[in-house]
Amino acid sequence: MGQVNYRERIAKRAEKEIEDGNYVNLGIGMPTLVANYISEDKTVVLQSENGLLGIGPYPTKDEVDPDLINAGKETVTSIPGSAYFNSAESFAMIRGGHVDVAILGAMEVSENGDLANWMIPGKMIKGMGGAMDLVHGAKKIIVIMDHVARDGSAKIKKECELPLTGKGVVHMIITERASIEITPEGLVLKEVFEGFTIQDVIDSTEATLITKNVVENVKL
Amino acid sequence: MKPIYTSAKEAVAEIQDGATLMVGGFGLVGIPEQLILALVEKGVKDLTVISNNCGVDEWGLGLLLKEKQIKKMIGSYVGENKEFERQVLSGEIEMELTPQGTLAEKIRAGGAGIPAFYTPAGVGTKVAEGKEIRVFDGKEYVLEEALRADFSLIRAAKADKFGNLIYNKTAQNFNPMMAAAGAITIAEVEEIVETGDIDPQMVHTPSIYVQGLLQAKQEKRIERLTTR
Repeated sequence: MGQVNYRERIAKRAEKEIEDGNYVNLGIGMPTLVANYISEDKTVVLQSENGLLGIGPYPTKDEVDPDLINAGKETVTSIPGSAYFNSAESFAMIRGGHVDVAILGAMEVSENGDLANWMIPGKMIKGMGGAMDLVHGAKKIIVIMDHVARDGSAKIKKECELPLTGKGVVHMIITERASIEITPEGLVLKEVFEGFTIQDVIDSTEATLITKNVVENVKL
Repeated sequence: MKPIYTSAKEAVAEIQDGATLMVGGFGLVGIPEQLILALVEKGVKDLTVISNNCGVDEWGLGLLLKEKQIKKMIGSYVGENKEFERQVLSGEIEMELTPQGTLAEKIRAGGAGIPAFYTPAGVGTKVAEGKEIRVFDGKEYVLEEALRADFSLIRAAKADKFGNLIYNKTAQNFNPMMAAAGAITIAEVEEIVETGDIDPQMVHTPSIYVQGLLQAKQEKRIERLTTR
């Protein structure tokens, strides 16, 4: 199975965490894909931290407005019932606890829910953008990412080595291999997806996993 | 009344080396295109620039970066701007990375006469190092100080001659807060109409925050054209 299908699998699983009526912020990159899989029987309003509540589909060529973008700087449209506002208002919504779910990417996540996703000292500096505000504001923080790094090393660690975005902020991790909940007792392995075993997940995870009541061979 | 400049060059005439500037926009959306070009032309240097991003390699604030006119940058995102990333990693430019919501609130606070505020963003990270931490209701918050600027260069869709402003869609972003936080705010607008021609109910930025206007055509370059 190729990378593309894995991304689709992750996005589809993340969609299940979104409830009808939710206001949701999707991060740049893979999280943005989740929008493509939102079930038609749910009404979900997507928040874009650059000042839009109600992101619509990508525009047709004729609909493109250079003044209408999402936080990933892609041209978008807005849905009926949407609103535009300034950045202070946008982050008042976020910090004020009004956003139900935020889905973000990550470089590393730790056993206690620490998140690192904005820089690799000396090598790469992207900036935190709105992630540091989002992780403290949204009611549920879901990280979606590849289970391991490109070199095969674990991304779910006992402790993050990279500079943190937030401490103890992540509630759930979804990868192409598994869904994991972060609880006061530690990381609870909830589901293992088709093509992987519990042992595969344990072997590719540095942090300790609690493996009681795991649902195996989950198809998406 | 307030000056309505006839050229971008005239609009930036008072900006000198070492000035602190706020520059509106998110990505390339809502940036004052002609005012930035005029700063490049003028060649002012040692600037401290407060802006969410720093343009792209060949447009917006990226042009000032390329000419090494910026000494210090305060923003939230470096992103895919290669030259910016290179200057930050090599230490050629001083960069104060600030969480985006904190940046917006620092600017809002600056314009609103609030010297500092507590926020949860950045607690337990590099951002909070050396800053006061205080616990409210069992949760930790970091003290962040307000920002002000010598000049705010902002972009709106429409102004009346009083300086009331209306923005288009997501081109609003940081512009309204910056308008209030600049000692002198110059608004670059696509259209200037007669005073009274903007419905008071539709004003986004009241005229009190604007000290000068420039009408200028905008290229509105698109960073990531995405269509279905």
